[in-house]
Amino acid sequence: MNTLELHSLNKSYGAHKALDNVSLSVPSGSRTVIVGPSGSGKTTLLRMIAGFEFPDSGRLSLDGQTLVDSTHEVPAHQRLIGYVPQDGALFPHMTVAANIGFGLSIKGHQKHERVAQLMDSVALDSSMAARWPHELSGGQQQRVALARALAQRPRLMLLDEPFSALDTGLRAVMRKMVARLLEDAGITTILVTHDQSEALSFADQLAVMRHGRLVQSGHPLDLYRYPEDEQTALFLGDAVVMPARIEAGWAHCDLGRIPVNNHRNNHSAQIMLRPEQLQLASILPDDTSVAGCRAKVIDRDFSGNTCTLTVELQPRAPDQPIGRSLLVRSSGMYAPPAGSAVQVSTIGHAHVLSEP
Amino acid sequence: MPEILPVGTAQALPANLRRRSRGVFASRGGAWVVGLSVLVSLLALLPIAYVIGVSLQTGWSTVVTLVFRPRVGELLTNTVLLVVLTIPLCVALGVALAWLTERTDLPGRRWWSLLATAPLAVPAFVHSYAWVSLVPPIHGLLAGVLVSVIAYFPFLYLPIAATLRRLDPAIEDVAESLGLKPWAVFFRVVLPQLRLAICGGALLVGLHLLAEYGLYAMIRFDTFTTAIFDQFKSTFNGPAAHMLASVLALCCLVMLTVESAARGHARYARVGSGSAREQRVVRLKTPARVLALTLQGVTCALALGVPLITLGGWLIAGGVQAWDLDELLPALQQTLLLGVAGAALTTCAAIPIAWLSIRYPGRLQRILESCNYITSSLPGIVVALALVTVTIHFARPIYQTTITVLLAYLLMFLPRALVSLRAGIAQAPVELENIARSLGRSPARALWLITLRLAAPGAAAGAALVFLAITNELTATLLLAPNGTRTLATGFWAMTSEIDYVAAAPYALLMILLSLPLTGLLYHQSKKTAGR
Repeated sequence: MNTLELHSLNKSYGAHKALDNVSLSVPSGSRTVIVGPSGSGKTTLLRMIAGFEFPDSGRLSLDGQTLVDSTHEVPAHQRLIGYVPQDGALFPHMTVAANIGFGLSIKGHQKHERVAQLMDSVALDSSMAARWPHELSGGQQQRVALARALAQRPRLMLLDEPFSALDTGLRAVMRKMVARLLEDAGITTILVTHDQSEALSFADQLAVMRHGRLVQSGHPLDLYRYPEDEQTALFLGDAVVMPARIEAGWAHCDLGRIPVNNHRNNHSAQIMLRPEQLQLASILPDDTSVAGCRAKVIDRDFSGNTCTLTVELQPRAPDQPIGRSLLVRSSGMYAPPAGSAVQVSTIGHAHVLSEP
Repeated sequence: MPEILPVGTAQALPANLRRRSRGVFASRGGAWVVGLSVLVSLLALLPIAYVIGVSLQTGWSTVVTLVFRPRVGELLTNTVLLVVLTIPLCVALGVALAWLTERTDLPGRRWWSLLATAPLAVPAFVHSYAWVSLVPPIHGLLAGVLVSVIAYFPFLYLPIAATLRRLDPAIEDVAESLGLKPWAVFFRVVLPQLRLAICGGALLVGLHLLAEYGLYAMIRFDTFTTAIFDQFKSTFNGPAAHMLASVLALCCLVMLTVESAARGHARYARVGSGSAREQRVVRLKTPARVLALTLQGVTCALALGVPLITLGGWLIAGGVQAWDLDELLPALQQTLLLGVAGAALTTCAAIPIAWLSIRYPGRLQRILESCNYITSSLPGIVVALALVTVTIHFARPIYQTTITVLLAYLLMFLPRALVSLRAGIAQAPVELENIARSLGRSPARALWLITLRLAAPGAAAGAALVFLAITNELTATLLLAPNGTRTLATGFWAMTSEIDYVAAAPYALLMILLSLPLTGLLYHQSKKTAGR
């Protein structure tokens, strides 16, 4: 079942088009991530779902209830949609407990218990209840903001770059905690971020935005492997993009013959491979008997468990110019040193990008 | 964009009707806010309309002969010199004292901070009375500047100190890490952020300088206001006074334009993650500490020592006989009643305009604010006479009633409430209100629970400023109050006019005592940052 339906939403600020015909279905109980560079309109979209902004045209509905269309608007406070902004935006004149209990309509002992329960669910110690927002660390502020949004048992939870102010270690921990918490509570979640690794890790549905348009949406792995165009491919991670001639399910390119998932014949196109689809094998520099593609390692970027190598394809004949540079992912400990000669082979299919 | 819709109206209104403009008019609540602001501002235009109306009746040739004469040039020079000398001195003093009490380890800085606020409790004309008692020959421009700085610098000290306390210390840390020396951090990072406080405070002081009568009358320094007062005393409704008032209104317009340009379009709510951390404190070295203590001490001696010593002298000289309770107690009661009612009315009237100026700054809001500033800069006597004329002609039942007096206070003191309210509302970003709405609170409730709570210190400070102004108000009360009304200020003025400084002393003391708790409140509120 679909919980949230966005139907051709448009929004302009003067001449600037913030949202350009955006449509998206968010399935019930899913975690959808809207990812895009800053200024792509993703925050506008989120604020529109929350009810802080209204579209110029288009329709927005939740659980079959129309939130916005050409004749009606449901204001933010009647939507029952939770919202956690980037900085938490805690009310500075209220304690942690008062912040969390803000959206609750129950009183007295019941309220106290519910607040304690919420604090427990976001792993905040009960001794924090009487603290003021300025006495909390960034991570704690985010937890309070999350508990505050959870308190009213929202139909939908909106997270606007909620982890970007946290340090890397904490960010991953918080992301896991939030994902589990929302999944256990069965709350449909939309997260907005510009960080592709955060997006890929959090999402079970990913939507990529650019210049106010929703470029592509789907399962994160599908988007990673089969992006529509080069820009999306590069936005979601490192990629090797090169021209090729497609023939009978094979791409002919600088790397030789690679199977593709496109069977149209005799046309030239851009193909994309992820660096982890390339494999290197050490060879002797003057060994000419090697079949396939020869290359030389020219740079090595070691980052612990993985190592990103830049290799330069070697000409097949001495009179040809030096070939293109490629990024190759290798295991950190066993990566060949710079300067060594390698053989490059590929795993799996290459993806044919659509024409720009 | 914030919506100020009342609960339940959203479904009722067709969206396409409201989509055309997403400004303040986009909602029914917004229209109310605009409507109220316009109403208050139109009311504020009454005195101006009166001045213009009288000028038109006077005729062009008379206007020319009355405006272009040496006397007007002389008054203009005096007034401009007063403003140009006093405001920079007040700003410098206010910034220096605020920085010392907020950001350094100056010994007893909490006490110094209280003492820098305390001169507000002494009415300007009591300062003047004290100096005339101490140095009888004192008069002229320099005396005017001296007493003005002493009487009005807390109007700058308070907002600057409050802003210094609320600035995000991380910004200064960053500036320092970019290689700026401490003094450069102050001038390039801290001072620019004080712009709103300085502009607001300087405007307030400037308006006081233009409108004050008692202070300058007592030290025989002629400004437009004293000249207008003298004109009215000699020729009750003469055109000469109206023409002087028109020139004064023009001066105010210039001042307003300058402040508006200086204020700019900066964002005043704190941007960034979470809540701000505590401020850092600068350690003063011994010579700097001695210098700082001297500055604090001298300011305190001039602003508090002089009034207290001379007043004490007169009180001792008068003894028990000077305390005529049959006169004093009713005066005290009148003052309290007028002060509380006037402060409440004025603060409420300022809310819509302050709201517009922060959330929907634009041309309309500037025009509305200007209406109020111009009126409040007119001397009390012009506002009073405008109300006398209007009530006699159009609203006879409220002529010479308390309602008219309160109306005059509203017109004269609205900007005092406005400046503080504006700063208060700027402390409450729209985002917090949005969050409250997403948590199921209606726009009206969100406004009440979040924005108004966060703006409350500002509103309270504004109300206190208005109360203080009313307890010290002289001319409008004299002219408008129902027969037999005597406030502390008018009682004091009656005594000093008869050069009975001894009999005036108890009135002065009562005015000071009355203002003290509120000055204390003002001090306390400015100390209190959100959530602390």
